[in-house]
Amino acid sequence: MSHSNTATLSNEIHGDNYLNHSKGLKSWLTTLDHKRIGLMYLATVLFFFLLGGIFALIMRLNLMSYGHPVVDANTYNKLMTFHGAIMVFLVIIPAIPGAIGNFVLPMMCGAKDVAFPRLNLASYYIYLFGALFATAALIGGGVDTGWTFYTPYSIRTSGPVILVLLGAFIAGFASILTGLNFIVTLHKLRAPGQSWSRLPLLCWALYATSIIQVLATPVLAITLVLLMMERVFKIGIFDPALGGDPILFQHFFWFYSHPAVYIMILPAMGVFSEIIPVFSRKPIFGYRAIALASFGIALVAFIVWGHHLFVSGQSELANFIFSLLTMFVAVPTGVKVFSWVGTMYKGSIRFNAPMLYAFGFIELFTIGGLTGVFLATLAIDVHMTDTYFVIAHFHYVMVGGSIMGLVGGMHYWFPKVTGRMYNETIAKWSFGFIIFGFNLTFFPQFIAGSQGMPRRYWSQLPEFDLWNRLSTVGSWFLAVGFVMVAYDMIRSARKGPIAGPNPWEALTLEWQTPSPPPHENFIETPVVTSWPYEYKPSRG
Amino acid sequence: MLNQIYTKGAGLPLQGSDVAVAWDGLYWFLFWLSVFFFVLVVGGMIYFAIVYRQREGKKAKYIVDNHLLEATWTVIPTVLLLVIFAWGWNVYKRMVQPPSDAMEVRVIGKQWLWNFQYEDGRLETNKLVVPIHKPVKLLMTSEDVLHSFFIPNFRVKSDVVPGMYTTVWFEAKVPGEHQVFCTEYCGTSHSGMLAKIEVLEPAQYELWKANKPYTLSGVRTISSDIFAARRAAGESTQLKSETIPLPEQGKKLVEAKGCTACHSADGSARIGPSYKGIFGHEAELANGEKVTVDENYISESIRKPQAKVVKGFNPVMPPYTKEMISETEMNAIIAYIKSLK
Repeated sequence: MSHSNTATLSNEIHGDNYLNHSKGLKSWLTTLDHKRIGLMYLATVLFFFLLGGIFALIMRLNLMSYGHPVVDANTYNKLMTFHGAIMVFLVIIPAIPGAIGNFVLPMMCGAKDVAFPRLNLASYYIYLFGALFATAALIGGGVDTGWTFYTPYSIRTSGPVILVLLGAFIAGFASILTGLNFIVTLHKLRAPGQSWSRLPLLCWALYATSIIQVLATPVLAITLVLLMMERVFKIGIFDPALGGDPILFQHFFWFYSHPAVYIMILPAMGVFSEIIPVFSRKPIFGYRAIALASFGIALVAFIVWGHHLFVSGQSELANFIFSLLTMFVAVPTGVKVFSWVGTMYKGSIRFNAPMLYAFGFIELFTIGGLTGVFLATLAIDVHMTDTYFVIAHFHYVMVGGSIMGLVGGMHYWFPKVTGRMYNETIAKWSFGFIIFGFNLTFFPQFIAGSQGMPRRYWSQLPEFDLWNRLSTVGSWFLAVGFVMVAYDMIRSARKGPIAGPNPWEALTLEWQTPSPPPHENFIETPVVTSWPYEYKPSRG
Repeated sequence: MLNQIYTKGAGLPLQGSDVAVAWDGLYWFLFWLSVFFFVLVVGGMIYFAIVYRQREGKKAKYIVDNHLLEATWTVIPTVLLLVIFAWGWNVYKRMVQPPSDAMEVRVIGKQWLWNFQYEDGRLETNKLVVPIHKPVKLLMTSEDVLHSFFIPNFRVKSDVVPGMYTTVWFEAKVPGEHQVFCTEYCGTSHSGMLAKIEVLEPAQYELWKANKPYTLSGVRTISSDIFAARRAAGESTQLKSETIPLPEQGKKLVEAKGCTACHSADGSARIGPSYKGIFGHEAELANGEKVTVDENYISESIRKPQAKVVKGFNPVMPPYTKEMISETEMNAIIAYIKSLK
C-alpha cells in the first residue's frame, strides 16, 4: 500500500479532523460523514447491548437455583424474548457492519465516504426508528413470543407483538441499505491501484455479508408482514385454527434467520483477518482462500435453513438433505480458522489487546464451530435441539464470534477513531474477565444441555442446579469485564496518550492518514502500490 | 436406585433404550474428535504465541500460503464430515422408524399438560405407563400451540403440532420413572409442562391395566417428590379414566355427531366414502392424485373436508372445528376407522 505519506504525518492530533470539523449536536444528527454515522451506530448498538445484557443478568439470577425465582414466569418469558430480539436485531446484526464497517470500510478503500452518504444516514435513522418501536413494545407491557415468533403462539398471545414485529421489519431496511451502500462503494470507490486482489479481507467479508443482507432480509420482511396480517385480519397463513401451516412460518423465518447468522459472524471473521497479521507481523496466510471462504459460507448460508427444523415434523428426506448440506458449512469455516493459526506460525507476535481478543475469538469460535457439527448431525440434534446445548453453541458463535469481533475491533481502531490510546493494562484485565466469565457462563450449559435441560424454562429442575449456579456466577465476571472496557474507553477517549497515525504499524489504508482522520479521510487521495499484508521481515 | 436419572457428574443421561446406546456411541465419537481438533487449533495457537512471541533480533518469516497444506485442511475435514453425516443419518433412521408391532398410545399436548390416550380407553394426565421391553409408538398432536415431547433418557424428541400428527417411539429397557420435558416454548407455564414415563415389569403392567394397585420399581427422578407435591396441590387436571375401548368410543361418537348419515361402516358408499377397509390403503382423489389414508389424512378430511376429496364423491361435507370435535374425540374416531379392516 501507499506509505509515502506516513512518514510525513505528524504525531499530534490533526488540527482539522472529523470530530471538530463542524460543531454542535445538529452537525452530528445531520452528518453525512461515514465516520460520524459509524460512531452513532456504535453508541446506539452499545446502549442496546447494555439493555439486553441487563436482561440476561436478571435471567441468570432467576435460574441460579431451583425454587428461588427472582421474577415471575411471565416476566421471565418477556425478558427472554427481549434479550433475544434486542441482541439479534439491534445489536449483533448492525454492530460490525453499522459501526466498524461504516467507519473503516471507506477508509480501507481510500475513499472519501461511502457511495451514497445520504442513504447511509437514512439507514441509521431507519435503524433507530425500528429500535424505537421495539422499545415502545417493551414499555407497553412487553411481549412473550420468544425472538423467533413461532406460530401459532405469536398469533394468539396478548401484548404488543405487532410493535416488535414492526421494529424488526423496519430495522431490516437499515440492514439492506447498509449492504447496498457497501457493495457499490467497493465496486466504485476503491483507490487507484487497489485491485480486487489487493482488497483487505475485512472488505471481502463485508462484501459477502452485504450480499446476504440484500438478498435475505426481504424474506424476513415478507414473513413479518404476513404474521402481522394474520394477527390483525385473521388471514389463515400460519395458524392451523385458521387453516394455516405453522411449519411454513419456521421455513420462512429461518430462510432469513439462518443466513443472518452469517451476517453476524462474517464481519467478525473479517476484523480478525486484519488484526492477526498486523500483530504477527506476517502476511495473512492463504489470503485467497479466506476471501473465497467468505463467499463459500455466504452461498451455503442460503441452503441450510432446514437444519432448524429437524424435529419440527419436517419430512425425513428434507432432514437428510439439510443435514448433508449443513456439514459443508464447516469446511470453509475450518479453512479460515486454520489459516489464522497458520498466520501466527513463525511470526513475531505482539500481545496487545486486539491480539488477545483474536486468541479469545479463536478459542471460543472453535468450540462454537465444533459443537455446530454436533447439531448438524441428525441423530445428535434430535436429543440436543431446544436444550441448553443449543444455547451454549450459539452464544459461543455469536458472543465468542461477533461480540469478540466488535470489542476486539473497538480496541484495534480506538486510536484511529479518537486519536488516543486506550489503557493496555485495563484492556488486558478486562479481556481476562471476559474470557474467563464467558467460558464459566456458557461451558456448563453444554453439559446441562446434553443432560436434557430445556431452553426457555423459567424454572429448571434441581438436578441441573450445579450447572446453573456456575453459569450465573460466570455471568457476573462477564459483566465486570464489559464494564471495565466501557470505563477504559470513555476515560481514554479524553485522557489517553496521543496515539499517532499508525501505532500498530499496519499497512491498510486507514492507518496511512492522521488520527483522528480529517473530514475527507485523506489529505491526498492514496495510491495503492502493493498488497495490504506485505509485512516484509525488514519491517520487524 | 433413587437419583439415578442422570449419570453422575458431567456425563450423559441414563441409557434408557438401545437407541440411547447407539446415540451415545456417536456422541462420544464426535466428542473425542472435537477434543482432537480443539487441541490441534487452540493448542497450536498457544504454542505459536509462546514460541513466536516478539523478541529482540527475531524477525517474522515471510510466508504467504502453502497449497498442499490448504488442500489437506480442506479435504480431510470434508471426508470426516461425510462420515459423521452418514453415521448420524443411520442412528436417526433407527430413532424415527418404529417397529410394526409397536404399541400405540395417543398423546395430546395442551397448555400446559400432557394427556395420554390408550387403545383401551384409558386416559392419563402427565403420566405415561408402559411395559418394559415393548416398542411404544406415540401418535401426538396439540390442541393449541406448538409443544415438543422430549425424553432425555431415550434420546428422542419431536415437536407436537396442532393440525397434524407426529410420532416418537422408544423401547424402554430400564424400569422406573423417566422424565419428559416440553421443549417447544408454549407460553407462561412452559417450564411446568412436565410428565413422567413409568416403565413397568410385565406383571405390574397387567395390574395397572386391570386398575389394581401396582408397584413401581427401578430408577426414580430427582424431581419425583416435586411431582407428587404438585399433584397433591391439584396443579394438574386429572381426567377421569374412560374404560370404554377407544374404537368403541369412536363408534359412539360418529353416531352422535351424525357422521353415519353419509358414511357407512360396511363398505357401502353413501353420500361420502365408507369407513370400512380404508385405513392404510390408497385412495384416489378427484384430481387424480393418490393419497394414503392415515391419521393425518382422516384428521384433515374432518377439519378441512374440501382439501382432498375422494374421486366419485361431491365436496359437500361441512368442516368440523375443534369446538365440535376435540382432539381427544378425533383420536377415538380415527381408532374406530382403523379398527374397521
